[in-house]
Amino acid sequence: MSDNAERIRLFKVMVLARTCDDRMAKLKAQNEVAGSVFVGRGQEALSGAAGIQLRPGDVFAPLIRDQAGRFGYGETPLDVARTVLGRRTGPMRGRDGNVHRGDWGAGLLPMISHLGAMAAPVIGVLLSRRLTGKQKPGDLSVGIASIGDGGMNTGALHEAMNIAAVERLPFILLVADNQFAYSTTSDRTYACKHLVDRAIGYGVAGHRCDGTDADACLATVGAAVAAARAGKGPQLVVADLLRLAGHGTHDDASYVPEDVKSRFGDCLQMFERSLIQQGVLDAAAVAAIRDEARRQIEAAVEQARAEPQPEAATEDWSARCERDLVHVRSA
Amino acid sequence: MKYLEAIRLALAELLADDQRVFIYGQDIAGPFGGAFKATKGLSERFPGRVLNSPISEDAMTGLAIGAAMDGMRPIVEYQFADFASVAFNQLVNHAGSIFYRTGRPCPIVARLPVGGTPGGGPFHCQMPETWLSNHPGLVVVAPATVADAYFMLKDAVACRDPVAFLEHKYLYYHLEAEFDPRVAEHPGLGRAVVRRQGDDLTIVAYSGMVHHATAAAAVLESDHNISAEVVDLRCVRPLDEETILASLARTGRIIIASEGFPFGGPTAEVAALVAEKGFAYLDAPPVRLAARDTPIPFHPELFAEHHPDDQAIVQAALELAKY
Repeated sequence: MSDNAERIRLFKVMVLARTCDDRMAKLKAQNEVAGSVFVGRGQEALSGAAGIQLRPGDVFAPLIRDQAGRFGYGETPLDVARTVLGRRTGPMRGRDGNVHRGDWGAGLLPMISHLGAMAAPVIGVLLSRRLTGKQKPGDLSVGIASIGDGGMNTGALHEAMNIAAVERLPFILLVADNQFAYSTTSDRTYACKHLVDRAIGYGVAGHRCDGTDADACLATVGAAVAAARAGKGPQLVVADLLRLAGHGTHDDASYVPEDVKSRFGDCLQMFERSLIQQGVLDAAAVAAIRDEARRQIEAAVEQARAEPQPEAATEDWSARCERDLVHVRSA
Repeated sequence: MKYLEAIRLALAELLADDQRVFIYGQDIAGPFGGAFKATKGLSERFPGRVLNSPISEDAMTGLAIGAAMDGMRPIVEYQFADFASVAFNQLVNHAGSIFYRTGRPCPIVARLPVGGTPGGGPFHCQMPETWLSNHPGLVVVAPATVADAYFMLKDAVACRDPVAFLEHKYLYYHLEAEFDPRVAEHPGLGRAVVRRQGDDLTIVAYSGMVHHATAAAAVLESDHNISAEVVDLRCVRPLDEETILASLARTGRIIIASEGFPFGGPTAEVAALVAEKGFAYLDAPPVRLAARDTPIPFHPELFAEHHPDDQAIVQAALELAKY
């Protein structure tokens, strides 16, 4: 089992993510958000376990339900609130919204919506590090891309995973098999026994864990990241869990049958219970963590609310960096 | 120097001069050196920087995007431009959107062997500029000369936006010119140039069609006493509106010729440009010449009649001159 400091760190990230997701969903209900809000309820253990393994210089391409991983890797609640509220001050400046946010310079890649499309760019960053001699043998910078059982079936994802294997890059594909691709059940999206079986086809190491068990996620993702850092090539981590919400706030997920719901617990509740039972945290400490999370999220929301929206009249409507292409010339 | 040799020379100098440059594509390394030999000898000269890829156009492009965002200047070679349709998502939705969405440039160069050759058929002859140029954020260039093949490739790598670099397959070995890069002058990447001056009408073309246009202009001069000006767009996205309109202002008549399909694309954009901004210069309606509106046929006889050539341009010019 991981050390308790790491477990507490994960728990805090999970609480912060759940609190943040709930607050953003409430902002949507209050009609303050354009478009949908996407929450990672039920996926915080896996996502957070990945995020807290990362260090500066690593690369993370989170997907739709990765608030915990984003916080674990250093995203601030303010960046979330600014993006969800479409503020000009945010990293996407109102030009993109909700989960499509990040910072290439910080190694937190802003996703495009096309599933599977962010894996190859992570691999490109890792190849760049190798080509420029920036990698330290045995202690490599790693890249993680998130995907779900739905996105696992895109050509983009297969192509990228194969290249990662061919180049033997320190890449971890983090798969949340959350039983539903939007509303479509897994039996309509893949036919292999378990998604981890694809590891052998790609020629990479495969790991499987219970995505509702935070300790299992820490151990499994930790082992995968350690193997990648050590130079053992790409790692496929597949966690079984259930999305405990709709695809977005617009979706009530009424298509999820009761018997499926009964098979999966809530990773956050179970982790809290386990930490209290083992005496790692007491009820007061948990309450303090929750209060601190609410305080941080509320402060971010209040600040973002007070900040300016983009304005069409002052918007810089240029999709190209080179404004005057007529004068672009090599040295 | 041949067109292909100019591309190879530019690639070699880019690799030698800039450690950020690497080339990624199918069959480009080793003694094979690419389907058209554009990279022959380069993997030996620059070990580890000319890398064979799997047949994975989408991920090849995504990889280049990631590397570019990490500070590299990747050049992706697609074996045929036709197969870049597989990479459409990464090219338009990802590379094309990054600067606007994030404020950070995404300097990748996509080398696309374009254009028809007899027997190539529907999937080895296509021109991708129409589908690539519709999306904001991409630069699309189409060099027609040996000097441009060399300079525009270097300029494409210097450009901080993603550039689709269209290399015409027929020109690879069939176009040869005296060329010394140490003394040659060249315009900026986005500038159209007048290849031949004339007074009576303007023929706008790009890529391989420029050579049909200049051949047609020679026939018009010698056989019909018509003085045709040829404008080589060089860059089809964005368009150099100034050079096009200036030529039209001199001649009053315009033909826009392309090997691409007829619906939309640079010929339609130039026609729209002259209708909107050059209406007062027009002495006759603009004329568009494009390929037929079918997939590109395999059989050489059908292929030859699928796209405009010298004679088609001459015929159109004679009609236009009578208007």
